[in-house]
Amino acid sequence: MLRFFLRRFAVAVLVALTVLTLAFLLTRVSGDLAISIAGPNATQADVDAIREAYGLNRPLVVQYFDWLGRAVQGDFGQSYFFRDRVANLIAARMPVTVTLGLVGLAIALVVSLPLGILAAVREGTWVDRLVGLVAMIGQAMPSFWLGLVLMIVFGLQLGWVPISGVETWDGYILPGIVLAFSAIPSLTRLTRSGMIEALASDYIRTARAKGLTRLSILVKHGFRNAAIPVVSIAAVQLGFMLGGSIVIETVFALHGVGFLAWESISKNDFPVVQAVVLVLALIYIALTLLADLLNAVLDPRLRTA
Amino acid sequence: MSAAVMPAGRGARLLRNPGFVVGAAIVGLCAVIAILAPWIVPYDPFAIDLDRRLVPPSFMEGGDPRNFLGTDQLGRDYFSRLIYGARISMVIGVLTVITSGLIGITMGVLGGFYGGKIDDAVVFAITTRLSIPAVLVALAVAALRGSSFILVVLVLGLLLWDRFAVVARSTTMQIRNLDYVSAAWCAGASRWWVLTREVLPNIATHLAVVATLEMALAILLEAALSFLGLGVPAPLPSWGLMISEAKEYMFFSPWVIMIPGAALFVLVMGVNLLGDALRDMMGTDLSR
Repeated sequence: MLRFFLRRFAVAVLVALTVLTLAFLLTRVSGDLAISIAGPNATQADVDAIREAYGLNRPLVVQYFDWLGRAVQGDFGQSYFFRDRVANLIAARMPVTVTLGLVGLAIALVVSLPLGILAAVREGTWVDRLVGLVAMIGQAMPSFWLGLVLMIVFGLQLGWVPISGVETWDGYILPGIVLAFSAIPSLTRLTRSGMIEALASDYIRTARAKGLTRLSILVKHGFRNAAIPVVSIAAVQLGFMLGGSIVIETVFALHGVGFLAWESISKNDFPVVQAVVLVLALIYIALTLLADLLNAVLDPRLRTA
Repeated sequence: MSAAVMPAGRGARLLRNPGFVVGAAIVGLCAVIAILAPWIVPYDPFAIDLDRRLVPPSFMEGGDPRNFLGTDQLGRDYFSRLIYGARISMVIGVLTVITSGLIGITMGVLGGFYGGKIDDAVVFAITTRLSIPAVLVALAVAALRGSSFILVVLVLGLLLWDRFAVVARSTTMQIRNLDYVSAAWCAGASRWWVLTREVLPNIATHLAVVATLEMALAILLEAALSFLGLGVPAPLPSWGLMISEAKEYMFFSPWVIMIPGAALFVLVMGVNLLGDALRDMMGTDLSR
């Protein structure tokens, strides 16, 4: 067990280091950073001054280790545009993104668990096919467009919820629904296949033979086993949702890290962009690590893997 | 798809699958529209007419029979722009699948076939790729390099290979020790022969399912990037860009975003229906 944890942890650290390196290379290899910062109207002298001021004239390796050394301590440097420390900016915006992610995940689970169980119990019938179709519709829905449509219908025409911002809690409803759409298809399918597998197993037959009620069989024996992969995928989905929230935050003008990244991208504020990429990647790595560990704790059969 | 991969019986079964028929019809229609775009558009999709801005579609109140789907905020014919948009989505989808497929399949097959250190490296690359927020990185690269059509294809291709690699790897692992592969070795086949003539054809249907999923994803991501202003540059009529440009007017004339959005949804749905039918046909579920 300990061996498994250590091995898994070592891989996570290695992946994190690789992502750190890639985040550094992202801004250095894909163009001249000084020219990008200086903007289209800058003279050569401006570009040189920026290169000097930001230390971009040093050898790449020196810049890399300098940046890496600071980054692992949580120091992502200074924003060019916001005139603040990048770490402060991200810390200030993080709660909005995390709240949005959790609301989205909660909505996704509330929708997909019953749908998946229903489809499994009625496997092969029209109910099952209908659930499959719902999942496919969710998969085909362009999130930014769904966001705009919901804004028109529920925000403007019905006036039930605010159309942008999160000054009040109900501002999270529409973006949460849109974000949930991205996770509903895979969570539903996984719940369905997990339940089908569980319902076909010997312990369910035993439970039936003992004369337990249908509900008790479904929930206690079936779903508990089917839930193991769902728990870990839910954690991974949360990571994906946080990473993908940039589109939804922009649509709904939610001032989370995604919106921060978008603002910074349009302002050529690369330390911020780099740091947001990094933080979201690190959260994802941590969540997948957590998912694997949870899996191992919940299902002892996996520990030797 | 070669005949060896899909015997006639399976083909006939596919045609009886309503999902396949609908999906194939949608994707086929989009492909034809994309190819024939210059010859079937009623107007030049780039021709601006500031006197006739935001004319509603002809079937709505205040519509003009000259413009079937109305005109946009610059007076350009919406139907013509929608038709050219199909071209952009289809080309981006196909090119991204080719790029990401080449990368992912190569990595997956090598990892699955050789195992050991090579496989470890492939798995590590997949894990690393998955932890990188794709949309954000695509946006950042587009901002640094300046967005263009070809850049969008390259960035999406370089970001979306993970599922190809995962599926190619697991399916290759399953068949590498099967009798027909061993038989090929015994018959003195070269490594290249075994990989390209024995392994690849036998994992091709699984990869076809992944290809549909990735195509759908690429089309959606291109639209999202263009919507955020860092995808296909204006005045190209990408559906995502059309939604973005029209969004200021959506509260007064919702059809300006409904039309390109619905087109996007229908095309992606069609691609997904195709993939789902292929998956049903195989009876396995490796593509998730």
